[in-house]
Amino acid sequence: MRILDTKEIANCVCRLALRAGRRLSEDCVNALTFARNRERGASEFALSTLLENAETASRLQLPVCQDTGMSVVLLRIGQEVLLCGAPLQDAVDDGVRRAYAEGYFRKSICDPLTRANTGDNTPAALHTEIVPGDQIQIDYLPKGFGSENMSRLVMLTPAEGRAGVLSTIVETVRLAGSRPCPPVFVGVGIGGSFDGCALLAKKALLREIGSRHAREDVASIEREALEAINNLHIGAQGFGGTVTAIGVACEIAPTHIAGLPVAVNIQCHCVRREREVI
Amino acid sequence: MEMNRIRLPLGETARILRAGDCVLLSGTIYTARDCAHRRLFELLDAGEPLPFPLRDAFLYYAGPCPAPQGMACGSCGPTTSARMNSFAPRLLDLGLGGMIGKGEMNEETRRALIRNQGVYFAAIGGAGALYGSAVRKCECVAFPDLLSEAIYRMEVEGFPLVVAIDSRGNSIYSEKTSNGIRSIHS
Repeated sequence: MRILDTKEIANCVCRLALRAGRRLSEDCVNALTFARNRERGASEFALSTLLENAETASRLQLPVCQDTGMSVVLLRIGQEVLLCGAPLQDAVDDGVRRAYAEGYFRKSICDPLTRANTGDNTPAALHTEIVPGDQIQIDYLPKGFGSENMSRLVMLTPAEGRAGVLSTIVETVRLAGSRPCPPVFVGVGIGGSFDGCALLAKKALLREIGSRHAREDVASIEREALEAINNLHIGAQGFGGTVTAIGVACEIAPTHIAGLPVAVNIQCHCVRREREVI
Repeated sequence: MEMNRIRLPLGETARILRAGDCVLLSGTIYTARDCAHRRLFELLDAGEPLPFPLRDAFLYYAGPCPAPQGMACGSCGPTTSARMNSFAPRLLDLGLGGMIGKGEMNEETRRALIRNQGVYFAAIGGAGALYGSAVRKCECVAFPDLLSEAIYRMEVEGFPLVVAIDSRGNSIYSEKTSNGIRSIHS
């Protein structure tokens, strides 16, 4: 048994949020560089501007994008850890609150009906898993809403099968057009329940861009979806071109005999995510 | 890359710009997003004056991050313009020179741009740090209670933009034939 004060989780979330807001993930920089070298005209201009922006953000320690997002936090908590101190959600929110004040990040969280801003970017969207061991893995993903707004969840029939999954993914990106800041990274959940499917899609966004699922039938959906999306020729910022998506990552879970849920979570080209194990 | 530098107010340049042109824009712009637009329309409906002169002005669909010490503005990239489709035509008809945002705008907005010789520029979504560091002065001119959604007057220098819909109604999103860098000063 390891006893851990949730203050340590708060401090870690604060560190991760500050880092994530100010830099693109390395796999994202590589993907954007690859895309820029393939495009011409306004699309090349857009991608060059984005790479220059990432350098400016790092040099001036500014948020890469002004939409510093809704704080999505995934904790994988070893079952031999005993948490003490402030309640877990409070601790995570405390980390977010401090980072958004200290980093001059935009506070973007509000009441859905009155639209009154909570003023400190809390609450975070907190997901927890209990796993073996005595450590905690913390994933931090600040999620912008230009792309979140373009995400979809569809309850397909089992008969629609693999082809239905593929067309759902591609159609979601087509419908989104230029609005989610392409080139996008596409996280897909296949199976599970209604709620679990959406979470699978979110977790897929934590995978490295370009990585492939261990199951070959799932990996083949990732490959085919990426090719079909890039044949849409929406391009960077919707300016046309051959790179509409920099990656497609699918996660899969068993579902009910009557259903085939598919969730497509769109991530803009500003892929920011940080991980630490404490 | 030799870029076309242009300055606001656009004057005759508005007619020369073509969809797909890449430019560096300098001058005075005003930020406004969803909530600020709703307030502007309340003022218009009540017959009250607007907090800034609309004639030839450019709206920037953006909500900046707070400014760190020593900077005029924090990160400040564009937000999705489509959400402002219900507002843009009326403002263009009242004299607005054009808008800066990201992504497509609808047919009503495109027609209003043609009608009023306006221009819609696409800023590069996600390049918040670059745009923020190109803001030389930033001052809140209305609705400070809206925080990042308030209206700010900004003096900007060298904003990297692409002409998305030109004054003839050509759109980079429908043409898919970006011509990129061509000299507009020759």
